[in-house]
Amino acid sequence: MNSSGVLKSSSSELDLDRPNIEDYLPSGAAIQQEPRGKLRLHDLLDISPTLSEAAGAIVDDSFTRCFKSNPPEPWNWNIYLFPLWCFGVLLRYLIVFPTRVLVLTIGWIIFLSSFIPVHFLLKGHDRLRRSIERSLVEMICSFFVASWTGVVRYHGPRPSRRPKQVFVANHTSMIDFIVLEQMTAFAVIMQKHPGWVGLLQSTILESVGCIWFNRSEAKDREIVARKLREHVQGADNNPLLIFPEGTCVNNHYTVMFKKGAFELGCTVCPVAIKYNKIFVDAFWNSRKQSFTKHLLQLMTSWAVVCDVWYLEPQSLKPGETPIEFAERVRDIISTRAGLKKVPWDGYLKYSRPSPKHRERKQQNFAESVLRRLEEK
Amino acid sequence: MGNTSSMLTQYDIEEVQQHCKHAFTQQEIVSLYQRFCQLDRNNCGFIPSDEFLSIPEFAVNPLSQSLLRMLDGFNFKEFIAFLSAFSPRSTLQHKIEFIFKVYDTDCNGKVSFDDMLTVLRDLTGQYMSEHQRKEVLAQVLEEAGYTKDSFLVLSDFMKILGNSDLKMEAEVPVD
Repeated sequence: MNSSGVLKSSSSELDLDRPNIEDYLPSGAAIQQEPRGKLRLHDLLDISPTLSEAAGAIVDDSFTRCFKSNPPEPWNWNIYLFPLWCFGVLLRYLIVFPTRVLVLTIGWIIFLSSFIPVHFLLKGHDRLRRSIERSLVEMICSFFVASWTGVVRYHGPRPSRRPKQVFVANHTSMIDFIVLEQMTAFAVIMQKHPGWVGLLQSTILESVGCIWFNRSEAKDREIVARKLREHVQGADNNPLLIFPEGTCVNNHYTVMFKKGAFELGCTVCPVAIKYNKIFVDAFWNSRKQSFTKHLLQLMTSWAVVCDVWYLEPQSLKPGETPIEFAERVRDIISTRAGLKKVPWDGYLKYSRPSPKHRERKQQNFAESVLRRLEEK
Repeated sequence: MGNTSSMLTQYDIEEVQQHCKHAFTQQEIVSLYQRFCQLDRNNCGFIPSDEFLSIPEFAVNPLSQSLLRMLDGFNFKEFIAFLSAFSPRSTLQHKIEFIFKVYDTDCNGKVSFDDMLTVLRDLTGQYMSEHQRKEVLAQVLEEAGYTKDSFLVLSDFMKILGNSDLKMEAEVPVD
C-alpha cells in the first residue's frame, strides 16, 4: 500500500487519513482505461460509468453489509419440528432463563459484598486493593459469561502485564469486553453510555482503569490521545484494551481501524474474536436494540460460543506510518477470525463521508476532459 | 430483521417483472426486494431520499444530487423500474432514455445548454472554472452540429449516444 500519503490529514474528527479507497472498491468502479482521442459531444454526454457506480451502490454496498444482522433461516415450519421448537422455547424461557438470572444475582451479591468493603477499607493499601478488585472484576465477568452459557475457547499465550503495550481487538458487541475481561482484567476505553451501563462504567470499571471518550466532540480526540499515552506509560496500570473500529460490526467484516492505538509508541497485541452464529448472533445492532434487550436476548438463547485468539505482538516497522501499521494489524486479525475487510470508517454510521472522495473523481474527470481538448 | 422473500408471492414477482418489462430475473427481483427492505428502515414500503445518502458509496458519487432528484419516495415497483435501466437485459434505448431523464431537470422533454452545464459542473466540481466548462461545452456542441441555444431532445441523444458501446450495468448479487 503505497498511497497513504495521497490524502492529506487534517485535524478534524471525521477527516481521517486513510489508504486509497479505490484499491478496495470493486474493479468495475475504476472502469475505464483513460479515454483517448479528441473530445466529442458524446464523451461529455455519456455519464454511464458514473451512473453505473451509483446504481451499483444502491443495489449493494460494502458498508451496509457490515451492519446487517443476519437472522438465521427459520427451520421450524413443519409438523414435527414446530412442536420441538416450542418445547425448546419453553425450556429456554421457563427453566434456563430463571436459572441464569439466579446465577447472575448470586454473582452480583458475592461481588458487591466483597468489592464495596475492599474498596473502602483498603484505601491505604493501594496495591493490595487493586489486586483484589482486579480478581473480583474477573470473577463477575465469569458470572456474566456463565449466565449466557458462554463457551469461550482461548488460543494463544495469555496477556501479560507489561508496560508499553496495548491490546486491540475487533468489535462485535459490548460483550466482547466481558469475554476478554474474564481472562485478564484490562483497562478499557469506551464511549460513555447512559443508564445502568453508565453507572457500572463509572463505579466498577473505574477501579480497573477506564478512559472515556465522546464520539461527537471534535476536540475530544487530542484529550483522549493524551490520556492513552499517560496510561500506557504507567507501570501499575492494567493492560489497555482498545477496539480500533470504534463501533460494533457484525462479525463478518472489519471496518477501518482508527490509528489512535497505533501511534502510542508501544507494541500492539492483536486479539481476534469470532462468534459462532449457530447458537446465537452476538452482533449488537445498536441502531435496532438497546443493550438491555441485547443481553436478554443472549440470556434466552442456548449458548454464546466464541473463539478468542491472542496473536503475536506487533511493533511499528521502520518506515511504516501508523495508518499502514493499523491496516497491517487489521489484516492479521481479519485473517485469523475469517472476516472480510472493507475500506470504510465505522463512524460513517453517524455521519456523511468526507467530500474528498467525490473531489478526486471530479478531478480525474476534469483533467481528462481538459487533456483531450488539447488533442487535435 | 423482518421481511424475507416469503413476503413476496409468485404473483407479486410476476407482476413486478411485467412492470419492468422483464429486465430482471425472478431471483434478482427477490434479491432486490431484500435490499429494498434493508434500505426501508421504517418498514413503511417507501424510501425517502435521505436513506440513499446514508450509503457512503452513493454519497461520494458526483451525480448523487441529480439522481436524488429522481429518487424521492420510491415504493418497490418504482425502485425496480428505476434500476431496470441498469440491467444487462434492458435495451440501449431504455438506457439512453434514462440518461436523458438525468439531464432533463425540468422534465419538459428538452435538454438545454444549462442542463448540460449543470451535469458537467457536478462531474468536475472545482477542478474546472465555469468559463472553461462553458467553452468546452460550446465547442463540442458546435462540432457536433448544434449551437449554444439548441435544445436536445431524446432523438438527438439517441443519435449521439446510439452508436457507441454504452455500458451501463449494475450487478445484482444473487445468493
